[in-house]
Amino acid sequence: MSRRYDQRVTTFSPEGRLYQVEYALEAISHAGACLGILCSDGVVLAAERRNLSKLLDKRGRITRASEKMYEIDNHIGCAVAGITADANALIQKARLFAQRYLYTYNEPVPVEYLVQQIADAKQSYTQFGGLRPYGVSFLFAGWDRHLGYQLYNSDPSGNYGGWKAIAIGQHHAAANSMLRQEYPENPEAMPTMKDGMRLAAKVFAKTIDLSILDVEKLEFTRVCPLDACTNANILFHNVSDEELKSAFEEVKRELAQASGTENT
Amino acid sequence: MDTAISLAGKDFVLSAADVTAARSIVVMKEDQDKIQELDRFRLLSAGGDLGDVAQFTEYIQRNVHLYELRAGTSLSTRQIAHFIRGELARALRERPYEINLILGGYDQGEGTSLYYIDYLGSLHMMKYTAQGYAAYFVLSTLDRLYRPNMNLEEALEVLRACLDEMGRRFLLKQRHFMVKIADERGVRVLENAFVDASGTPTSSVTGAAAAAATS
Repeated sequence: MSRRYDQRVTTFSPEGRLYQVEYALEAISHAGACLGILCSDGVVLAAERRNLSKLLDKRGRITRASEKMYEIDNHIGCAVAGITADANALIQKARLFAQRYLYTYNEPVPVEYLVQQIADAKQSYTQFGGLRPYGVSFLFAGWDRHLGYQLYNSDPSGNYGGWKAIAIGQHHAAANSMLRQEYPENPEAMPTMKDGMRLAAKVFAKTIDLSILDVEKLEFTRVCPLDACTNANILFHNVSDEELKSAFEEVKRELAQASGTENT
Repeated sequence: MDTAISLAGKDFVLSAADVTAARSIVVMKEDQDKIQELDRFRLLSAGGDLGDVAQFTEYIQRNVHLYELRAGTSLSTRQIAHFIRGELARALRERPYEINLILGGYDQGEGTSLYYIDYLGSLHMMKYTAQGYAAYFVLSTLDRLYRPNMNLEEALEVLRACLDEMGRRFLLKQRHFMVKIADERGVRVLENAFVDASGTPTSSVTGAAAAAATS
């Protein structure tokens, strides 16, 4: 019976559901995991790299630097879970909007304003006939002068929200409950970027497995000052392999210690 | 024929403009407000074709408000200045607005700022500026008398000197001016900013209307 309401995206089922939108959400919960953590001195995004084939030509921008991370503007980056091709189309929209805003107002686009635009684009395909919705969720990390560092998610239904920490993609339920436990409740005690990166690594290690802590398998990006000392130049950029390796080592030691104490 | 003069003081922006609406050699009325209040903290003085002025300043005002509703934050004076410049530059290639503008405003945390914008789309941040024929007469006066960080009394004194100069050298006698201020309290009309020799106020719309009624 339900098939009658599957075919048209824009038709409610008798139970009041939009199946195509729900299927899109379901598809994303099997995509490679991404998570974001808001820190006192920046925002960190982390994602699982799925395509590890030796045959990949790693000179390309997409395949080497990033499978799931995209720069929208200097001060905003995003992580993608879902159909990469759909994500590309939306990212072009986001980049265009960011540059148009800069051209009109001579100032970088506020993060939420941009997220809202992308959410609106997604929403339109859950309503207007004949086309399928965008099968992609985003995590947006950014900085603006109004609210400082910010982290948002956006899903295929057109919903978006601001978060202190959030995971999307595979294992997102387990990862989110872990983030809820580990993220400090006191708003004064926000994690530093260093702690945030370690927390991200720990969540991956616990929800997938310890072997994921490998610079080949995880990618980390962040929005923070390029030079932590000057606090100027807040940019979206990749976390270097060296920095990642040392963070991973620390987390591995911590987890080994924890399991050691449990055993004794 | 319109006169607009603005200057930035210590923590406020002062904008003055004449209140004459004229066509050809006929004065239609003397209570035309040429200083649009864009929002709580921004003043946009406009001179030029009256129809264009009304259309354009209202268009800008509504867009500033729309942005606020959509984005949940308000535009800074600097952002509004760039938006106006962009709109004028776009219109220049289609059907130009024949208007020249001065934008002044107060921003929380940043203080006051003042921008000169003309119909060709040029945009300059200024400490003091004037539009219209007034510029030929009062810029030198402002060059001489303007000091940074003036208080309201001192700024009004400079403005008075400018209007005196206009009265002395400009062929057209513009008798009535409206003065508005933008500061941390918001924008408002300065009633009775100037009082002439007989003690009747000459600066505000109310002053102008009263003078017109008695003559």
